[in-house]
Amino acid sequence: MGLAEDVLRGDRLALARWLTWLEEDDPRGDPVLAELFPRTGRAHRLGVTGPPGSGKSTLVNQAAAWCRKQSSERVAVLAVDPSSPFTGGAILGDRIRMRDLAGDKGVFIRSMASRGALGGLSRRTAELVEALDAAGYGRVFIETVGAGQAEVDIARMADTTIVVEAPGMGDDIQALKAGILEIADVLVVNKADLPNAAATERALRASLELAAGRPGSWTPPVVSTVAESGQGIDLLMEAVDRHRDWLRQSGEGEARRRARAASRLDSELQHVLIERFRRGLSDGRYDAALAAVLERRRTPAQAADELIRERG
Amino acid sequence: MSKKLRILIAKPGLDGHDRGAKVIARCLRDAGMEVIYTGLRQTPEMIADAALQEDVDAIGLSILSGAHLALVPRILEILQTQGMAQLPVLIGGIIPDDDVPTLKAMGVAAVFGPGANTEAITRAFEEAAASPKAV
Repeated sequence: MGLAEDVLRGDRLALARWLTWLEEDDPRGDPVLAELFPRTGRAHRLGVTGPPGSGKSTLVNQAAAWCRKQSSERVAVLAVDPSSPFTGGAILGDRIRMRDLAGDKGVFIRSMASRGALGGLSRRTAELVEALDAAGYGRVFIETVGAGQAEVDIARMADTTIVVEAPGMGDDIQALKAGILEIADVLVVNKADLPNAAATERALRASLELAAGRPGSWTPPVVSTVAESGQGIDLLMEAVDRHRDWLRQSGEGEARRRARAASRLDSELQHVLIERFRRGLSDGRYDAALAAVLERRRTPAQAADELIRERG
Repeated sequence: MSKKLRILIAKPGLDGHDRGAKVIARCLRDAGMEVIYTGLRQTPEMIADAALQEDVDAIGLSILSGAHLALVPRILEILQTQGMAQLPVLIGGIIPDDDVPTLKAMGVAAVFGPGANTEAITRAFEEAAASPKAV
């Protein structure tokens, strides 16, 4: 069988083509994934998220370069940028900040548009991560779209989630809100050479202390970096590797993998069941239900209930 | 549903501003395409490698420096050796009329100068992506 073998041989063109198939829901993509799936689960998956402009891409650039200096392990980067809600088009500009990785054949960078997904990733990001894992990339960085508070899908996909903040992005109440800070395994205050950096770091530490951990639990370290110059990258990656070790030793890694598998299985079931259900409806019935909701004659829950009853 | 077009917009060589490239990136985005933009001062090797990893449907090169007759053949050559000979390449920038036939003879799909109509450019990308070069 052609493509799977080419991918395993390290053929980057074959890998790139396969990623496109997966992203496009092309029927040729999934059989290759089925063939190579037993080889997945080896990569360390690093999620990188944070507000727009906090320096995620620059940080990934430096961190990936650091990994390549430390070992011969190959590194992949999946960088997600938003699609336009109006035209579906996108400008994917994360490579601009990843120049240092150019020319290294042990690094594979792929840009993805979010294509309407709201959680900071795209619907097919998980499949592309599996593919890069299967292809033998030992570290896979997953960079989300610029994310604020609620875009937390990354935590379900990554082994280690790095949340990048920059000085001056909000007071200490922002740091207390639920959401993005809660998913951090490692917190980064980037642009630490800016004036308010120390205050930002203090606010983040203080909010973490309020959430005093149980014995044996992981307290997210706060690391200061200047990604532009590379300052602090070694400390960041040491923290990341400590987290990876903790995942192994504490059993938390196993728990996360289980939760991840369950959520993937559930979302696949949802997807397939909804498709099948809609195919089984008589012509126009779905549109009629939609119209009833639009015209405020039915709530969405009532309309769905009626459809389900009718189909039996 | 047809495949989403992915286009690489790249600036090879040393020229220092990328307004034109950004205008094109923006207009392709507004036409619903996914545009990978790589920034200034890319070497031919970097451009070919980005095209490979991103599995794009076409490449748009913006060249203002006058070095197009040196840069374009080099990029086409690398694309060929890396198994991407069929990938359409379009060029925009400051290109003397006399050089256009030379570039097309090398296999460039289209050449656009200053003031080119953005709808025509969008259409050219759509057409080029739909009909990869015969190899």
